[in-house]
This record gives sequence, structure tokens and C-alpha cells, in this order.
Amino acid sequence: MSGGVDSSTVAALLVRQGHPVVGLTMQLWNQRRLPELAAEGGTTGRCCSLDDVYDARRVAEQIGIPYYVVNFERQFEEQVVKPFVEEYLAGRTPIPCTLCNNYIKFDRFLEMAESVGASRMATGHYARIRRDDASGRWQLLRAVDGSKDQTYFLFGLTQQQLARTMFPLGEMTKPEVRELARSMNLAVAAKGDSQEICFVPNGDYAAFLHAYLEESGVPKEPTRGSIVTTDGRTLGEHAGVHHFTVGQRRGLGVATGEPLYVIATDPERQRVVVGGNDELLRARFFVKGVNWISIAGLAEPTRAQVKIRNKHAAAPATLHAAGDAARVEVVFDEPQRAVTPGQGAVFYHGNLVLGGGWIE
Amino acid sequence: MSVQRFYFDHNATTPIAPEVLETLTSCLGQVYGNASSIHHFGQAAKQRLEAARRQLAVLIHANPNEVVFTSGGTEADNMAVLGVARAAAGPSKHVVTTAVEHPAVLGPCAQLEREGVAVTRLRVGSDGVVDPDDVRRALRPDTVLVSVMHANNELGTIQPVEEIARIARRAGVPFHVDGVQALGKIPVDVETAGIDLYSVSGHKVYAPKGVGALYVRGGTKLAPIAFGGHHERGRRPGTENVPGIAAFGVAAEVAGCNLTSECDRLTVLRDRLENAVTSRISGVAINGSRWKRTPNTSNICFEGIEGEALVIALDLRGFAVSTGAACSSGAVAPSHVLTAIGLPPERARASMRFSLGRGNTAEQVDALVDALEGAVAHLRRISVYA
Repeated sequence: MSGGVDSSTVAALLVRQGHPVVGLTMQLWNQRRLPELAAEGGTTGRCCSLDDVYDARRVAEQIGIPYYVVNFERQFEEQVVKPFVEEYLAGRTPIPCTLCNNYIKFDRFLEMAESVGASRMATGHYARIRRDDASGRWQLLRAVDGSKDQTYFLFGLTQQQLARTMFPLGEMTKPEVRELARSMNLAVAAKGDSQEICFVPNGDYAAFLHAYLEESGVPKEPTRGSIVTTDGRTLGEHAGVHHFTVGQRRGLGVATGEPLYVIATDPERQRVVVGGNDELLRARFFVKGVNWISIAGLAEPTRAQVKIRNKHAAAPATLHAAGDAARVEVVFDEPQRAVTPGQGAVFYHGNLVLGGGWIE
Repeated sequence: MSVQRFYFDHNATTPIAPEVLETLTSCLGQVYGNASSIHHFGQAAKQRLEAARRQLAVLIHANPNEVVFTSGGTEADNMAVLGVARAAAGPSKHVVTTAVEHPAVLGPCAQLEREGVAVTRLRVGSDGVVDPDDVRRALRPDTVLVSVMHANNELGTIQPVEEIARIARRAGVPFHVDGVQALGKIPVDVETAGIDLYSVSGHKVYAPKGVGALYVRGGTKLAPIAFGGHHERGRRPGTENVPGIAAFGVAAEVAGCNLTSECDRLTVLRDRLENAVTSRISGVAINGSRWKRTPNTSNICFEGIEGEALVIALDLRGFAVSTGAACSSGAVAPSHVLTAIGLPPERARASMRFSLGRGNTAEQVDALVDALEGAVAHLRRISVYA
């Protein structure tokens, strides 16, 4: 229970259906850390704030379930925040939500749920789980509400994890969830949606990185470098490659005739490579660390729709096995814009999530 | 889900005793005068206040006029530590305390450090007990205060305060003892022991929250930490919480009457718990000294479990226990007390505190052991990280 409308509605719904329910909130991040960030944006809407815990506790009280806050700050730091920082410094664009799902929510937290005696864990994710009798596999499907679908962040779920998980909101639209929350008089029915990266205030990850490295006492290496074009011309200077992500247009600080985009970042030479929109297009790329969900693996080249970032509309492609079962080559029918290393690539067959992995 | 509930967390707080509740409600309803007022209503309040002062003084063997009522143990500790250190003269000042003190002492010590006072935090042995010789060796010509707790809140271990008092007295250094976890559990005699300041709290002895006291030996120099009226002989400003204080007085009297018998009864119960746990559950160890302990406290490590999960699992079965101090619930860092006695983080996180009290019976202890056995086995089966 995050204190938001989705997980609150899930808890209330399960109680209404007659399940014995225990409410748990994960404490993942200490809001007193990195005060310079809090000063800029305030702490409202950030994860694990006292306000959110207050809201979750209030809902638990309202629906009459036992409620506890469990602390995973240590694990969150190790498994999510540190890799997030390291990935950025290495010139990739990480997705911490997936790391959190893989290593915290559906791992340590699920274990905690089982430890306290719960047989299953329900969350407020927008996704659907189904058991396929023919294959005996647990399948993951897109949410009915396509605009809220969160399967892109859930590609790491294993069969054992899916077997013990419930996503009661997968069949509902967000307005329906809000309406349900209102009809059950939940105190949080009108609360705003949370932001994407919960521990980064206002989405300013560069400021977060700066403050985090300052706090860890990592000696600051010079990060300035040059902005170059794909054909080798130097256009200007930048303050550090971690300020840039592939496909980014704004904030380059160079003025040219046609619009320029970040094509790649090169942390070793501290260069940001820019070019025209066409140069962002790529037709094929490799995916590593693939987790197969609705199918056991690739027996032959397989048709799929592939999504390469959360806001990307999955595009038709063919999946080719590339060495082992955990590595795949994706060949798009039409080249796609901004294939970004470090982001996830999730393979769909209609609403079915076949699997997914990390873009190399 | 309606379960029968049993309370094994008396070091966090205690329920209000029936006699205390009666005093509390009658005072709240009727004794509403301001104890500083001249008229009848004020005098009635003043009488309750002074009666309570006498009752508490008897329990700790003090002179009633050396008892200052406060809002609780934390305020008493702050008054003592900050008050004595700030009242002392001299260009350089030094305070001696221990690494296992409650945050109510460690906090003001850290504040003194920010004000330029040197602080020595003595280490303790694996038994949780401080060596009086370490106190002797830590003393400096500029030492202005020694502050050592009587009984530890997490382990129950009792510090050799009489011996430390002799050392401090010989050096001419005021000696403060945080007695919050000792009052009502073991005999307290500030006069014979030679203690100069002694902090106590109402809600640990079956009185309500929000009331405590500081014993201040006559002649001890104490700088005020709050400013206002001349209450409590000018030592603590603010209109007295007469109902709370009257309740504390009654609680002190009840605790004094039952001290020996309750001490014996709780020792038997605690040993029953520990014997059953150690014989029925594998991979357990008792933390801290088994001998120099308050009779009600047991701190046990269950290897390979996450304490947080065990607390929740037991609560869902109706048993209230804790992983350590209630004040630090939800903290990431393992307990500073368990760390100080040399426990690695994973063992500290696998440790549970059971603190017994007046309401507990042998049947409850047996039920707790049954629940523990089941919950620990379940947790160990699940945890792939154990």
C-alpha cells in the first residue's frame, strides 16, 4: 500500500470480496536524505513520505485490516538506487522501476508477505495475470486500460512470482478505479497520481545524481566534454554525459539550422554525439538478460510487437535467438526512433507479454 | 479477524494499573486547580502534587524536595545532561557516558558536543555491562558529568551504578543515572548508592504517558533548559500536570509494595520463556548478560530470521513483542545497543525483545512460545537468504 488510490482500492476491494487482508507499506527511501533536493521541490508526492504512510494507514484503519510499514531502505539502496546512478554514469538510461519490481517488490517484499503468513500478494499494478492450461504457464497480459498499462515495467517477473501475485486492477480503467474508491469512501479517492521515478524529485535525475554523489563522497571527476556530430564536427561543450539521454532534443545548448537530437553518449571520451532525427532511427538491436513469461523461449524466429520505452507504441518486429535463451536480436519491420541502451525491450503478442530484457 | 491479544512489550510502555486509573480519572474530573494558586482549588491540587512527590521519593529513597516532576523520561534526561554540563564552569568540559544509553541521553550528549563539550562514550562488554574501571580511566580534570543508565531498555542489563557512583563521588563529578527501565523492576536507592541525578518515567510503571521525574540531589548545580515560571522550586517551569503526577505517585506506591513479589514472579516467567525457547527452537541465543538483568526482559536472537517479519507474524497471531526500542521502529540501522555488545548486523536484525509485566501469566508465556516456534519455523522455511 503506497498510500495512493490504486493500492488503497485493491486492499478495499479484497476486503469486500471477503479475503483476510494484511496491509504492508514499503519504506524505501529516507526523505531526510539529500535535503538540498527537498528544498527545491518540497517532499509532497515523493515516495515514502510521511504523508503517504499516513494515507495508507488511514485507509487500512478505514477498511479494518492490520497494517505495517516494513523497511527495505538498505535493499533499495543496493539494488535500485546504486545501479541507477552507475548506469547513468556509464552513459545508459536505466529504469529503476523495473529493478525495484525485480529485486524488491516481487522478491524481498513478496518474501516478507509470505513470512507474515500471506499466501499471495496483491498490488495496484495495471496488468493482468492468467494461467494458461495448455502450456501450464502463468501469463502476463496488458491491462484493459491501455493508457495505464504497466507491463513494460514487469517483464522480469518469474513464473513463481506470477503464481503468488494478484493484480486486481488489470481489468479496470483508471476512472473506474477512482469511481470505486469514491464509492467505498476511501480517504485517498481524489489523490493525484504518483510520479514515475519515486525517489527523484521533479524528475530531475541530473540534480539527484549530483546530490547523491556529493553525499557518498565520491571524488568528483571532471565531466565536461564536447558535443560532436555523427560526422565528427565539434559543436560545443556539455557539463557531463549523464545529463543526456538518447533521443533528447532540448538542453543541448547549441544552435544550428535543423533540430538536433542526442544519438549516443560516450562516457569514456565524455562525448555527446548529436545528429538529425533520421540518424536516431535503428532497425535492429540486441536485448540481454531476457526473461520469458508467456512462452518458454524462442524455438524459431518469432513475430512480435516490441516496446522499447514506456511511452513507445509497440512496433512490429521479428525476434531471433542470439546465442543463449537470455539474448535476443530484435529486427523491426520499420526502423524505430531512439533505441536507448539501458532501457527495457518488452515483447508482446497482442495483449500477451512474451518476455523482455535490457537493450544492449 | 478477531484474535486474543497478549502484551509482551512492557519496556516500550505499560498499561495503566486499575488503582492508577482511578486516581487519574478522579483527579481529571475534580482536581482542576492550578497548584500555584492561593485559593482552595489551588491548594487541593498542590496537596495531590506533594503527596505524589512523597510517594515517588519513598520508592527511590530520596528526600521529597529533591524530586522534580517533568513531562517524561526524555525531559528528565535532557534536564540532567544539558543542565549539569551547562551549569559547570571552566573553559573546557568533558562528559562520560556509555555507548548503550537511550537516545534521550545520547541525543543531549551529541548536542553538548556541538556546543564544544568533549564526550566519551564507553564501550561495554558482550554482556552489555560497563566496566567501572573504564569509567575511572575515562575521567579527566575537566570532566563535569558521568551519565550511565541503570537498566538497559533492550537487554535489561543492570549497570554497576553503585560502584560508578563511588568513583564519581571520589573525583567530585556529578553522577546521573537514567533509571527509566529500572524503576519498579529492581530496588532503587539513590541515597545509599550516592547517585546525584536519577531520571524516571511514569508510563513504564503503569502510570500514564506524559509524566516523569528527575531526582536532583540537594546542592547539585543545574542550569535550566526551559524558562518561565517558578514551578518545582524554580527547577522546571510550567503548570504541573497534576492528574498525571498524582497517578505517577500512586503507581510508584503500588510498584514499591509489589516490588519483591513481582520481581520473583517475573523472574520465574522470564526463565520459563527462555528455557522453553532454547529447548524447543534451534539456533537461538540470549543476548547480553543472563545474570545482571532486570527480571522482566529477555533479548533473544533467532538465527536466520528477519526480526521485522517475526514481529508482524506474531502480531497477526495476537502477540505484541518488538525488535528493540519502540522509539527506533522502522529504522534501517541495526540497534546501537546490540551493535555495541558486538552483534553483527544480521544477528542484531534477527533479535527480538520480550519484556514481561504485571498482566502476563505462565499460560500466556506458553502460548507465546508455541506461536514463536511456529512462526520461526515458517520464516526459516521461506527465507532463501538465511
